[in-house]
Amino acid sequence: MNELWLLVGMALATMATRIPVLITLSRRELPEGVRRALHYVPPAVLAAIITPIVLLDEGQPYLALDNAMLPASLIAILVSWRTKNLLLTIVVGMAAFLIWRAFL
Amino acid sequence: MPPSQNDRKQQFLAGARDTFPLLVGAWPFGLIYGALGIASGLSPLATAAMSAVVFAGSAQFIAVSLVAAGTPVLVIALTTFVVNARHILYAATLAPQLKGLSTRWLAPLGFWLTDESFVVAAKGFEERKTLEERKWYLLGSEIAMFLNWQIATWVGIAAGQAIPDPASWGLEFALVVTFLGMLVPMLKGRPELISVLVAAATALLAINLPHRSGLLLAAVLGILAGLLAERAWPRKEPA
Repeated sequence: MNELWLLVGMALATMATRIPVLITLSRRELPEGVRRALHYVPPAVLAAIITPIVLLDEGQPYLALDNAMLPASLIAILVSWRTKNLLLTIVVGMAAFLIWRAFL
Repeated sequence: MPPSQNDRKQQFLAGARDTFPLLVGAWPFGLIYGALGIASGLSPLATAAMSAVVFAGSAQFIAVSLVAAGTPVLVIALTTFVVNARHILYAATLAPQLKGLSTRWLAPLGFWLTDESFVVAAKGFEERKTLEERKWYLLGSEIAMFLNWQIATWVGIAAGQAIPDPASWGLEFALVVTFLGMLVPMLKGRPELISVLVAAATALLAINLPHRSGLLLAAVLGILAGLLAERAWPRKEPA
């Protein structure tokens, strides 16, 4: 693994998603169709990243009581839905996770 | 009258202050990233440098797991692009609100733009109407996130060198709760909910595709599902 190329490749890939659009679109509008599609990118990608972490273990379904991420995720969803408070969601969710892990 | 040094400082600090909850949320995540970077076989320098030059937590997290699996650099860079493609939307959303700023400002503001600072700016810009207020506010949020992320990474690297098997701490759950806290408020109607359910189901079913390409597939199908669902249940907000 060439670490320098890894860093250069990842840095360029990330900058490509952040900088050009900010500069171009501060001067003109994004086409309507692209805008509508992009609306779904953040929720879809966030869900696709976290769902396997919670529900799978080494690629296999992990639906058991000793999977503390299950109850803690449900609690976090509930807190976020009712309060929309990010810090509260993080603190309560993390606490639920650690407590469940400690006692089961 | 040009804004005083004082106003700039005030906006900068307000941006940093409003980002505080997210700084806390990033800590366990930065720790585990640093530790996993070491465990993946990257050098401490490369692990730390990635946080400085890439500065995209979830992409870094996925990248070190790909490094550990011996994935080619080109594939890792492509995955990074896909995982970070959501930033295109963030940039597209903020760009009209920063209309008139010079490239000298937009380039660094873009480089440092993360999920967290986007969420803070989207809210903070509602009560900040001038470019001067907005640029210093966003910069404050971004620099707070950036410094916080570097420090958390360094501590994680030190811990990763000192403690065996850091993955067993379960700290990757910090990523899950942070993302859940950002995700749930995005579910404003049925199209968004359907998009998320399709993406989540696809990510599970496609978990064994090579090079984590299931993530890309999940994102694409999630977007298509949302667009299709809009035909049955029109979006509550204008695009």
